Amino acid sequence: MWIAIGSLTTMGLVLGGLLGLAARFLAVQENPLEEELKEMLPGSQCGQCGYVGCSQYAAALAKGEASVTLCTPGGKATIEALAKKLGVTADLSEHEEKGPEHAFIVEDLCIGCTRCIRECSTDAIMGANKLMHTIIVDVCHGCGKCVKVCPTDAILMVPVPVTLRNWHWPKPQIEQTHSEPKVGHAH
Amino acid sequence: MKLFPIRGGIHPDYRKEQTSEKAIVDLPMPSTLYIPLQQHIGAPAEVLVSEGDLVKKGQMIARNQGAVSASQHAPTSGRIRTVTEVTAPHPSGLPQSTIVLESDGKDEWAELLAPIADPFAADMHTINDRVAQSGIVGMGGAAFPSAIKLNLGEQKKLDTLLLNGAECEPYLTCDDRVMREFPEEIIDGARIMAHALGTARIVIGIEQNKPQAIENMTKAASAFAEIEVVGVPVQYPMGSERHLVQAITGLETPARKLTADLGIVVHNVSTARAVHHAVRFGRPLVSRVVTVSGNAIREPKNIMTPIGARIADLIEFCGGFASRPESVVNGGPMMGQPLASLEAPVVKGTSGILALTAEEINDNPTTPCIRCSSCVTICPCGLSPVDMAAHIRKDKLELAAKLGVMDCFSCGSCSFICPSHIPLVHYFNYAKGVLNDLERERNKNERVKTLAEARNIRLEKAAEAKRAALAARKTPSATTSAGNENEAKTTATTEEKVNA
Repeated sequence: MWIAIGSLTTMGLVLGGLLGLAARFLAVQENPLEEELKEMLPGSQCGQCGYVGCSQYAAALAKGEASVTLCTPGGKATIEALAKKLGVTADLSEHEEKGPEHAFIVEDLCIGCTRCIRECSTDAIMGANKLMHTIIVDVCHGCGKCVKVCPTDAILMVPVPVTLRNWHWPKPQIEQTHSEPKVGHAH
Repeated sequence: MKLFPIRGGIHPDYRKEQTSEKAIVDLPMPSTLYIPLQQHIGAPAEVLVSEGDLVKKGQMIARNQGAVSASQHAPTSGRIRTVTEVTAPHPSGLPQSTIVLESDGKDEWAELLAPIADPFAADMHTINDRVAQSGIVGMGGAAFPSAIKLNLGEQKKLDTLLLNGAECEPYLTCDDRVMREFPEEIIDGARIMAHALGTARIVIGIEQNKPQAIENMTKAASAFAEIEVVGVPVQYPMGSERHLVQAITGLETPARKLTADLGIVVHNVSTARAVHHAVRFGRPLVSRVVTVSGNAIREPKNIMTPIGARIADLIEFCGGFASRPESVVNGGPMMGQPLASLEAPVVKGTSGILALTAEEINDNPTTPCIRCSSCVTICPCGLSPVDMAAHIRKDKLELAAKLGVMDCFSCGSCSFICPSHIPLVHYFNYAKGVLNDLERERNKNERVKTLAEARNIRLEKAAEAKRAALAARKTPSATTSAGNENEAKTTATTEEKVNA
């Protein structure tokens, strides 16, 4: 009996171990990069990058088909994070650094059509049918989708103002006091 | 008492003699006061008054809102002119929401909260509530709401209340004068705070260059066995709470932790005096002592100033400028910030106003780093300023963050010592600003993501409900009851389909 128990236990352990190893080394490789890139994007599916949503943009990035500078709402922080992840240098010359923006509704022009409300992916617009709408600035991430659907051009994108809360010292500009190295001529 | 050494530090020329023998004098009440809604760390207070309201001295005019905030009180009696944007006492010169109060010249007190008869019999909440209602914030400069710091006894095991009377910044003598002139009030306030915190021991740390203050405080504390007045070495930045704790206990506060994690809570001596006034007399924090000094000031003074007086009013009271100031600084010369405008008001955290001449300022041109490592030797936080600045100069902020730039508290010792006059601390202030910006942006992106996900779930649910309703309508029904049954069934099947 002991032989039977022993042999079965050994077989179980060996086969179990093999299965475990197989699961580990022969696993189907999903592209983990895509998932990681998706995590870095804002996830608001605004489509300003030209792709349908953030997952599609992440997929294109993972394949190396898209530039890292396309995400407008993510701003410089996202571009730098993506560039670092992908090991590429972000060409910020194409990226127009506008600074963060938020939407603003010109109340005189708003007719209360609720189209922007339906478009907003972060529920940052308050309002109801035939009533004036307004933007909850803290939640607006500046994707600009609402601007495109507004029938009366009542929505503007305005820069997020500099306040005491977000002001900080600029980079010190030190004078270069050391003279240019003189190139000696050999005679 | 055995003291422990602190790392690094510098010995600047203290120049305290300009005001140290000047007794505190009252500022004649200005005709207009400007009381900002935010004079503290945290959320701005919520306005309780509107244009034309008549208020009395000590009346609450803005209430604290949110977890970290402090209320504001009328510093004198008069009429509210308006609530508007006024230049803040800040290097940016940006405006902030401010209550403008026109004094009626009577300086009449409002009906104040009743004094707490025996604070040592009262429970901690009674005292903390009173401190919160009185709008008291840390008066050493950081202006953190004091009631929150007094609540720490609930969450952490505390053994010592450390009163900070170090006043290590050159020029400043306001705490020195308060300790010399009102030692009993400070001691009483400290005992009340220790009672609220549940600490058995009180230590008062004063730099040894203030012998008179040490003497008066020792005399006032002699009746109480639990209080110890300690003369600490004269070494900038001894007044930093982490460094004072280290000098007294030998314990170093870990990065991103509080001194309370070591069982010690630090409060400024003037804060203790404000607590005394709030508890014993029901008086809120409506005035503070400000040192006005510097070679460009005609008559340097220590002035008891109502909160909201313009800095220009203080300078005028000191006889104006003797010569053209190169810079007017809010706070001490080491950690203070240049003021963009003299129209800005004095707030609860204003300890000094310095008008400095060109000779008093180091504005020598920057020359290349000679790698002398003086900055590394003197950094009281044990950081390596030369390396951090090099990274920041090349915009490699993450590398600077790895070297601990966020642990720098901008004491300015490195800039002071640098023989090449490299603006080291300016680099760190810039880097901390940008890193905080990025952190805010990341937080916002996180929030956007959660909101977007929540919306998607909601839309899906709505679409599902619509499909279900549509399917239910299409099903023909003979009787009401049968129809209802059918509807329920169809909904179920539709849901199953959707789920599948």
